[in-house]
Parts: sequence; C-alpha cells; structure tokens
Amino acid sequence: MADVELDDRPEGEQHPDPLEIPALAPGAMAESRPFPASEAHNTALGFPGELVENWQERAIDKMGELLTKYRSLKVYLDSCVKCGACTDKCHYFLGTGDPKNMPVARQDLFRKVYRRYFTLTGKLFPTLVGAEDLTKDVLDDWYSYFHQCSQCRRCSVFCPYGIDTAEISMAAREIMDSIGVGQKYCNEIIGKVHKIGNNLGLPQPALESTLEDLTEEIEEDTGVTVRFPLDEEGADILLITPSADFFAEPHIDGLIGYAKVFHEAGASWTLSSYASEAANFGMFIGSYEQMRLVARRIRKAALDLGVKRIVVGECGHAYRVAYSFWNTLAGPWDFLDPNYPVPMHICEYTHDLIQKGKLKFDKSQNDHMTLTLHDSCNIARASRMGDTPGGQFEIPRAVIKAVCNNFIDMAVDTIREQTFCCGGGGGLLSDEIIDIRVKGAQPRMRALREVVEEHGVTHMAAICAICKAQFTKVLPEYGFERDTVVSVHQLVSNAIILTPPEDDGAKDDESGDDDAREVLEPRALPADAGAEGEIRDE
Amino acid sequence: MLTILFALLFYVATLVLVAGLAFRVWQYATTPAPLKIPTTPAPVTRSGVVFRMVREVVLFESLFKSNKWIWLFGYLFHVALALVAIRHLRYFIEPVWTVVVLLQPFGVYAGFAMVAGLVALWTRRFLVPRVRYISGPSDHLMLALIVAIGLSGLAMKYIARTDIVAVKAFMLGLMRFDWQPLPGDLMLLIHLSLVAALMIVFPFSKLLHAPGVFFSPSRNQVDNPQERRHVAAWAEKLDAPAGE
Repeated sequence: MADVELDDRPEGEQHPDPLEIPALAPGAMAESRPFPASEAHNTALGFPGELVENWQERAIDKMGELLTKYRSLKVYLDSCVKCGACTDKCHYFLGTGDPKNMPVARQDLFRKVYRRYFTLTGKLFPTLVGAEDLTKDVLDDWYSYFHQCSQCRRCSVFCPYGIDTAEISMAAREIMDSIGVGQKYCNEIIGKVHKIGNNLGLPQPALESTLEDLTEEIEEDTGVTVRFPLDEEGADILLITPSADFFAEPHIDGLIGYAKVFHEAGASWTLSSYASEAANFGMFIGSYEQMRLVARRIRKAALDLGVKRIVVGECGHAYRVAYSFWNTLAGPWDFLDPNYPVPMHICEYTHDLIQKGKLKFDKSQNDHMTLTLHDSCNIARASRMGDTPGGQFEIPRAVIKAVCNNFIDMAVDTIREQTFCCGGGGGLLSDEIIDIRVKGAQPRMRALREVVEEHGVTHMAAICAICKAQFTKVLPEYGFERDTVVSVHQLVSNAIILTPPEDDGAKDDESGDDDAREVLEPRALPADAGAEGEIRDE
Repeated sequence: MLTILFALLFYVATLVLVAGLAFRVWQYATTPAPLKIPTTPAPVTRSGVVFRMVREVVLFESLFKSNKWIWLFGYLFHVALALVAIRHLRYFIEPVWTVVVLLQPFGVYAGFAMVAGLVALWTRRFLVPRVRYISGPSDHLMLALIVAIGLSGLAMKYIARTDIVAVKAFMLGLMRFDWQPLPGDLMLLIHLSLVAALMIVFPFSKLLHAPGVFFSPSRNQVDNPQERRHVAAWAEKLDAPAGE
C-alpha cells in the first residue's frame, strides 16, 4: 500500500511521481465489483428486478437502440485506432496497473461486442478484428470494469478524436440496467431522490431542524443571525446543493459559507425540501430519462417557489448536469430572470460579489493553512464558470486567493483540464469498493504529497461533495489527516466579516429593489440574446 | 485481361470507398447528439470550434498533449502520407497542377518518411507493453498493408521501375471510361492491388477515424448549453405527454 511506501521512504528521497506508469497487472481488479441493486431498487426505476431470461438478446437490442440515439457512442466505437494515447491517463490504471483500466481497453470490452453484432467485419472475421459474443463472462467483466470508470473524462482530453470513455461506460451501465443488472449504490439513491427529494433520504422536518441548528451555531460563533431559509416562496434565489452539504464534514462548512455570502449580499434566497439535492446520479447510470426526472424536480421547485434565479452549490457532476444538461432536460428556463445564467455556480456568485467589493474578508483567519486546489473532474472538463473558457479553473482559485493568503497549485499536469478524479466519482463512492477508490486516489495523493513536502501545503480545497467525501475517507490511507480536505466556501466562511447585528434588520423597501440590492454583474450573454442581455437597473 | 481485371477492381474499390464512406458520414450526421458534451475548456462560438477542429486535424493537438512519441511518429506518417497523396495526383490530372509539380521532390522523401513513421508506430506495438496489450490482429494487418503499399511504391521508384506514362494513361482512361493498357510489372500490380484493398477496407475499419473526428461531440460542440437549448428529436418526445 502507498502509505507503507511513504512511511518507509527515507527522508530526502524523491517524491513518487503522480504520473508514474505501473507495470501491467492483468486481472488485478477483476474481482472489484460494487453490490448489485436489489429487485426493489431496480424496479423502482422501471428496470427489470433481476437478470432477465433472454438477457443477451435484450442487451444487444438495447445496444442497437443506443447506437441510434447517441452519436458519441457510434462515432467513438468506430474511430479508435488503438494508438495508445489514453493508456496511461486513467487514475484507476495508474493506481492498479490492471490493463482493463486503460481507457481504450475499457472501451474495448464494449467495442468487441459492438463489432460482433453490429459490424460486417465483426460478423465475418471476429478473431481478426477482436469481436466477441456477449457471454456471461463478458457481462461480468462489464460489471467490474464499467464500475471502475468514474466518468471523469481525463482520457477524452488526450484522445486525438476526443473519445470519451465516460460515454461508453454510461452506455454500458444503461444496457446493464435494462437487463436487470443494476448497481445498488446508484439505483438506491436515485430512488430516494424520486421519493423524498435527496440522496440521503432526509425528509423536510430533518432538513429544517438541521438548518435551524446551523443558524444557532453561527450565532454562537459570531453573534450574527444568518438564516438558512427553507421553502420560502417568493425568494429570489433557489439554492440547489448536494445533500451531503447538510450533514457531512467538511461539506457543511461550505454550506455555512454559502449562507454567510447570501447574508452579506443581502440576497433573498431559499432552499427547497422538494428539490433538496443537486446531485443527479441519473448521469452515472447513463439514463437520460432518470437524469431528466431528477432535473425536473428542480424545475418544479423553482416554479412552485416562484424564484428568479438558481444557484448551484459545490458539487462536481451536479454542476455538469446543471450547467450542460439542465436546459436540455428541464428547460427552457424562460420563467427565470434572463439576466443571469441558469444556473450560476456558487463560486461564480461569490466571485462576482468579491469583484464588486461587496464582501469584506479577514484573510488572516485562514493563515493557519496553506491551500491547494483539487479541480473536480466534472467541473474541469465538462462545464464552465464565467464568460471565458477555463473560467472553471480561474474563478475558484480567485475566490480562494481572495480569502486566503497562502495558496500553491499542485503539479501542472495534475490540475486544471488534466486534473485527476478523486477516485470516488461516477457512482463509485460506495464502501464495498473501497479498494479501487483508494488505488484510484493515488495520483492525486502523490501530487498532494509533493506540495505538502515541498511547499508546506496543509489543506486541499475541493468544490465537489463526492471529492470531499472520498478524500475524507482515503486521505488517512496515504498518511494525511482526514480534515486535510476543505470546502472552498469553508475558507470563505472562515474569512468573511459579517455585518454586525444592529444592521441586520435594516432591509430595503420591498418593491422592485431586488436588482439594486444585488449588484452582481450578470454573465455576458451572446449577441443574439439581444436586448435581454442588458442589465436591468433600478 | 490484366487491364480489365484492374479496371474493374478499381471501379469496385472506388465504389465501396465512396459509398461506404458516404454511408458512414450519413450515419454519423443523422445520429442525434442529445446532450452537450464538449470536453471543456471548449470554444464558446462556432468559429472557435472550427479553430479547435483545425488544430486537432492539422496539428493533432490532443495527441501532442498526450504523448510526444506517438505524436511524432503519427504526425510524420500523416504529413508524409498527405505529401505522397498529393504527389500521386499527377497520375490523375492532366495538365498537372503547379502545386503538385512544386511538391513533387518532397513527395519522394515523404515516401520514406511515411514508411519510417509507420515502422516506428508498429515497433511501439511490440515494445510498449500497454500498446502491445491493446493491439489486435487487425491493427497489425492494417500497418502491414500500408507499409507494403509504401514499400512497393518506393520499390518502383528505386528498384523495379515501371512505365509511369502508361500508368497515368491507364488511370486517366479509368476516369474517362476509355480503358488504356496497364503495364504488367509485378511491383506495380502489387502496389495497385494493395491500394485497392485499402480502399475497400477503409469504410469497415478503424480508418473511420478520418471522418469520425469531425463528428466527435467532445470536439465539435460549442460550449453554450445555457444560451441555446439543445434537444434531440427523440428526447423531445419525452416532453410531449403532459408537460410537468
């Protein structure tokens, strides 16, 4: 294990290279597979409860259907030339050496079946072109290795054709679900969202009391009443955040940070108990329909509460779904204020306030820390913040630098668009597969080790609920403290200077001053947005 | 007899290549991309996407990021192939364009560079364990085929020369449906047979990466999901029943 390796390493020896390519270890992770979903978990989502009789036939039919619905799948299956560019890019390969964790080899588990049933050469000369029947062994391999892909898209950055293994693993999981081979972690959670509104199954009363506790906690700490409004009709902003923010550490410190920012902005905001979840595991299982249903809860909440804007909290894949897919799945959002992007990331929101000088900070509150930032994969490679490409890298860093004096980036080839997955994304944040999670975290942990030892970094900030939960769990395996990982808005929370109580009640007039209180610069809209792109000013 | 055989072979090969590729392109173009999935940071305008695609196709930008050796050998091969292809245009056009004449001398060196690049890539398939693992029989065969085309071409230039004026007459005749005799030199026949084989396997093989790259959603999509609602026809039906 890596921690042994680290402990035994004599002082002064070079740090292990995060990108070190392991020797091939065929079959090393073949036995790593998550718990299968129970019949109830599958049927709740409309999938067959267990492996169906004619599963092979139905799987091939489903594959055929997906090939006509997803250009990505079709093009990616045809285009790979086996050049090898992706072979050393997957964190799970780097951490395990299992060749089936090389992106191209993972794709080939799917591609060989595609070739056998859908291509002329695969039908005529299967051995020549590596085509194979869909047997039970192949299906078992699918279940193992398509649950060792966190859909982080790192391979797609390096592929000369942009082949994104995430698309293939999503398709594979969708096919498996369609024949009754679901994964417990994802399917159970999606069921909870449909039923209760969040991944954790937190009902409204529990949520309410948690939020009240937070207000009290902040009051004790600062003497200022910072509200966490829930289900407040007529609020301007609906905050959609991962439910882990309501109870997990360090997530909850991030939530406290958001609330303090809203408080200082004088914003009228609310959470929704109906849509109390930003996460959308429908993406992980590749199901457009499930993803759509989860996204539409948020639409309904926004309509019911009559909000004008939506802000999304710190969550990686959730922001991908929100930024890239919401408009498709649950749009058009024409009932919201067109002057703001739907949605806005909480970091964009805070960043804009900082730019406008609306927030005051005491940066020394974070002086006991030296920070680095783990770019979350879905934010880095599947979304954007701000107007310009790459804003998703600059804005969180700008926020951190505005509230902390000490910030150091990790090695350039392990951050930004080349960032590593934390090892627990893509529906793999489940304890029975802790082995692959620990191994998959290795590249990030090594990059962290480097800056810890070279630059005295003490903490690593993240903007993703899964990253935070995963790191909290695996950091000790690499000789770090659990609380080395922090929320970006936890740092904001530490440094923000809250307006003293006497000013608290001094609210502006009710009518039409929403935009006057909110001096945020909306994201520039493209020219074709026309007159609507202008800022409404009172 | 030989002339007829090769004339028919080339008609068939051309038909398969053109029809096969057209079918693939049609398939790629008509299969919907239901979600916005550009690998970000991605251009936010259409022209930005064109620029990204040009960099990808002309410079192999992503491959360069990934692995300098694969990039070097792959780039060498593709650029050399392009030059060789341009050089070969003189067998199909009369009068020969100035640009083709100007590139003529480079085309010969390119023949060697092309084979060198391919051999280097092929060597990787044996020497690098990761690449060896992912290489199948068809990958080796494809390399063998293209190397053989290159070597047989070079052989005609340096070892067993053929009557290229007659070859040109044959090719022009093919295009004008006025068949002219094809020289019977062995090396030429090998070269032409292999090229015909390549044309035939093209639409059924990984050579589809050539049209495929232009249809890759992670590369050809504009990063503007918030500004423009993007919905596939099949997905629109989900909204049809009852709204909310």
